[in-house]
Order: sequence, then structure tokens, then C-alpha cells
Amino acid sequence: MAKQISVFLENKSGRLAHVTRVLGDAGINIRALSIADTSDFGILRLIVNDPVKAYKILKEAGFTVSETEVIAVRMPDSPGGLASVLDQMSEENLNIEYLYAFLGMTGNDALVVFKVEDFQKAKVAFETKQIKFLDEQELYQL
Amino acid sequence: MLYWDQEKECMPREILLDLQLRRLKEAVYRVYTFVPAYRAKFDAAGIKPDDINTLEDLKQLPFTTKQDLRDNYPFSLFAVPMSEVVRIHSSSGTTGKPTVVGYTRKDLDIWSELMARALTSASGTKRSVIQNAYGYGLFTGGLGVHYGAERIGASVIPSSGGNTKRQIMLMQDFGTTHLTCTPSYALFMAEVMGEMGIKPSDLKLQAGIFGAEPWSENMRREIENKLGIKAFDIYGLSEIIGPGVAIECTAKQGLHIAEDHFLAEIIDPITEEVLPDGALGELVITAMTKEALPLIRYRTRDLTTLNREQCECGRTHVRMEKVLGRSDDMVIIRGVNVFPSMVESVLLNIPGVEPHYLLIVERIGNLDELEVQVEVSEVIFSDEIRKLESLGRRITKELESALGVAVKVRLVEPKTIARSEGKAKRVFDNRNI
Repeated sequence: MAKQISVFLENKSGRLAHVTRVLGDAGINIRALSIADTSDFGILRLIVNDPVKAYKILKEAGFTVSETEVIAVRMPDSPGGLASVLDQMSEENLNIEYLYAFLGMTGNDALVVFKVEDFQKAKVAFETKQIKFLDEQELYQL
Repeated sequence: MLYWDQEKECMPREILLDLQLRRLKEAVYRVYTFVPAYRAKFDAAGIKPDDINTLEDLKQLPFTTKQDLRDNYPFSLFAVPMSEVVRIHSSSGTTGKPTVVGYTRKDLDIWSELMARALTSASGTKRSVIQNAYGYGLFTGGLGVHYGAERIGASVIPSSGGNTKRQIMLMQDFGTTHLTCTPSYALFMAEVMGEMGIKPSDLKLQAGIFGAEPWSENMRREIENKLGIKAFDIYGLSEIIGPGVAIECTAKQGLHIAEDHFLAEIIDPITEEVLPDGALGELVITAMTKEALPLIRYRTRDLTTLNREQCECGRTHVRMEKVLGRSDDMVIIRGVNVFPSMVESVLLNIPGVEPHYLLIVERIGNLDELEVQVEVSEVIFSDEIRKLESLGRRITKELESALGVAVKVRLVEPKTIARSEGKAKRVFDNRNI
């Protein structure tokens, strides 16, 4: 389980630079990120080492920010690793809103961040299927 | 206290009509005698002061427009010598030569009386602490409200516009009960209060008297909720006298026009034909009792309706509906009239959408395009594109059905639309026609 920071960005030059500068100046380390965009605006999604602080400073800097619950799933960094996780999630009828890969790795494993439709259902399903996911502290300390 | 001047505010209609006729005749006589520009206008229309024998005859008189004030810049429309003029106010003149207005001592006295009526109607008393955040200076808002507030014996804080954090500090420390400013500035103050962690319950604020720009019923609700107050609409324009021409009573079913001093008509802005009560059109006012600048049939450019039915508050003076917009602010897009206040109304009906918006009109090829920019607040923000897109579509759909034209909605970052400490600029028309 993990907290993702989501930021609303207008599709204008310099906006992404501004967010990352604000975070950098506050000593926040970005662990994973993805951007979903339309022609007018984008949503920046971030996993950082200190989400509470990141939320606070981005809000103070005037951004529209929200916290979102996501799951960071650990899977073998080998062909078919992600496919096998997705198959199992499909068997459990888990709907995925979006996903993106983590920047770093842990040993021989890869990490993928999932936003699912039903968070509680996913938690139970992951436990039955023995899909490995990281707890918050583990994730932020990577 | 219910009324400031019950005798005048609740005057029986037939006595009021007699008074109006007498005052109208006097005003027509004065402008014809003392203002060459009016004499020329009347002569051109073939009208002599003696032709005015009933209130119906008002229709024969020529209109006065802002252009007439500019053409006679600065003092040529004054009906008294400058030695009788004790105050001068002026517009900012951002769209050409400023318009200049003058007051005699008696004009100022009437103005203070009208503002006293207005503040009393909006729950002000001698025990009120009135923070006046209208700009002091050439603009009539500041000084107009100020002298009315002194007249009722309230404690006045002449804070003027700007320096929002200090405004809020004064409100807290001095126990302000009534706030007077533009509605957009009231909303901005509420926003800054939120940022400062100050709640309405930390203040003694009870009511606000807001005017100088059109605002919607939804905006009223928003201000009332955010500041925990009752919000009253006040109407006025410097050409006529300044704030205090009309004021809402507690019934909030329109604004009572001070009919013992001002004659109100509604006309079709295109054909200039006088419209019946209830019809939407441009408000035209005759300032019968003004000594320095008695304007005849002044075209206000404000769009509203008139209602002469008896109000539950007991006042007999005609009511004008909340101003829908200014014909100047109106943008015509593919033949459809669009007012910023209509956009505001739609936006405030969608939960979580803030009333910070801009209308941008462009001509692309030969087609006019209306873009409405809306700020994304935390309440409506989602980390999922499809939710934001569906919100954008919902706003688009509701705007299009209310306005009757195609709209492009652009979601923008918070605080990117400039906040106003005076009159808000809502429309950018970039068409070069």
C-alpha cells in the first residue's frame, strides 16, 4: 500500500519543471512518476520518499494536489513477470485504473504501481494469490 | 430599524407620482435653461420644457449617453457654476476620456441620505461597525458609502480596497459587523481567510453590502456560505449619483430604486422603445433632484427588469431585478448574447466549482469561439483523466444549454485567473472586427 501524490498541471511549458523544482528544493526524492495528459492539461502522478511533506509544500506552492491510495507490486524482473500478475488480477476480477513502472529495482524484482478500482478487494485478492506488494515504509525507503 | 426615512421610502404611490412630476418638470426646466448642450438637444427634438405635463411625456425627451459626458468633458453638462460645486468624482477613463461628475452641497446631502437608507435597509444601524473596502478616491464607491455610514451613526472603518490580509486583521480586531465592497473582492477575502485559517465564526461579520458589478444569485449563496453573512446587493453609478441609487431590502426580491429622486424606465437597447414592466432591457434613469449634474434619461447600459408591485417590506418604490449584465460586457457570439453572469450561475451550480472564471472570445477563420476557463479546485480534482474529462464535458454541456452557443471549456490551475480587489474583469474579447 502506498500514497501517490497527484498534481494538476496545465499543458504549458515550464509547469513540470516548476513542480519538480519545488520538490527538489524541499529535498523530496521522486521514486516513480507518470503523466497522463490531454490536449489541455495533464495529471502528474508521483511516488516520493515523503508524501506528507510533498503534499504540503506543493499545496503551499499553489498547486492542486491530492493523495491517492495505490499498490506497489513486486514481480520477477523476467519475461512474463507482469503478464502473470495481470492474469491473476483478472481471475479475481480486479479492475485497473492505471499502472506505471517504478524507476529503481529491488534485487532481481521489478516494481509496478497499480491504481485499482476497488482498493480493499485488491488487498484481499493479493493476499490469496500471494502477490507480493510493498508496505508504505519499505517503498519510501527504497 | 426597518427604514431610515419611512415617510419617503413608503410614500403612497399617488403622492409619489405627483412629487415625481413636479421634480421632473423642474429638472427639465433647469437643464434647458442652464446647460447649452441640453438646450441644443431639446431644440433639435422640437421640445420645450412646457411640453412636459405628465410623467408619460418623459418618453419624448432625448436620451443622455456616456458619450454626451465625454463630449462635454469635463464640466460642460454642469447646471450650476463651479463655485457651487463642492465635490468632483470621475471614472478611470480606461476606455477613452473619463466621465466627470460634480456635486453641490445639497447633492452630497441627498447622496448621504440615500446611502443611509440603503445601509439601513441592509441591516446597518448606529451600533454597526462598517468596514468600507470600496476604493476611496475619484471612484464614487468609497466616499459614497462612507458618508452614508456616518449618517446612520455607524462606526466606519475606511479601509479602502486592497491589502487583503490587513483587511481581515481589521475585521478581526475591530469587530467589523458589516462589509462593503465588490462581490468579487468579498469572495477573494473569503479565500484569503481560508488560507489564513480564519473561520467566519472567528468574526463578528453579519452582513455585506456588495455592488459596483453584476453578480448572480449563486454568487450570493457562495459569499453567504463562505463568510457566514447575509449579502445585500446595492446599485448605483457615478453618472447618476454613485452607490445608493437602489438597494435590496430583507425580502431580497429586487432592489428598490429611490424613486423620489430618480425616474426609472426600461428600454430596448436597439430600438430605444420604452418596454413594459417585467420586460428585460436597458435601465434608463433621470436624476431629477441633482443640482450640479441633472441627467435626463441617462442610458445606464445595465440590463434588468422593473417591478412595481408592492413589496412585503412596505417600501413603495419600484424594484429593479438584480442586474443581469452590462450591455458593454455582453459578448455577441454567432448572434447569441452571452453575459458573464450567466456563466457564473452555471458554474456555481456544479458542486466544487469555484466562481473564478474567464470568458475568452476569439475569431478563428470566420467563426467566433468562446472559451471558458475554469479553475480546478482540490474538490473537483481527480488523479484519473476520465473523471476530469467527464467534469469538463459536464461543464461544457451545462454552459451550452444555458447560453445557447458552443463553448470550449479549459480547466486551468488554481489561482491562475487574476483576483480582483475592485471590479473583476471577466471577458477578454480578442476578436479584431
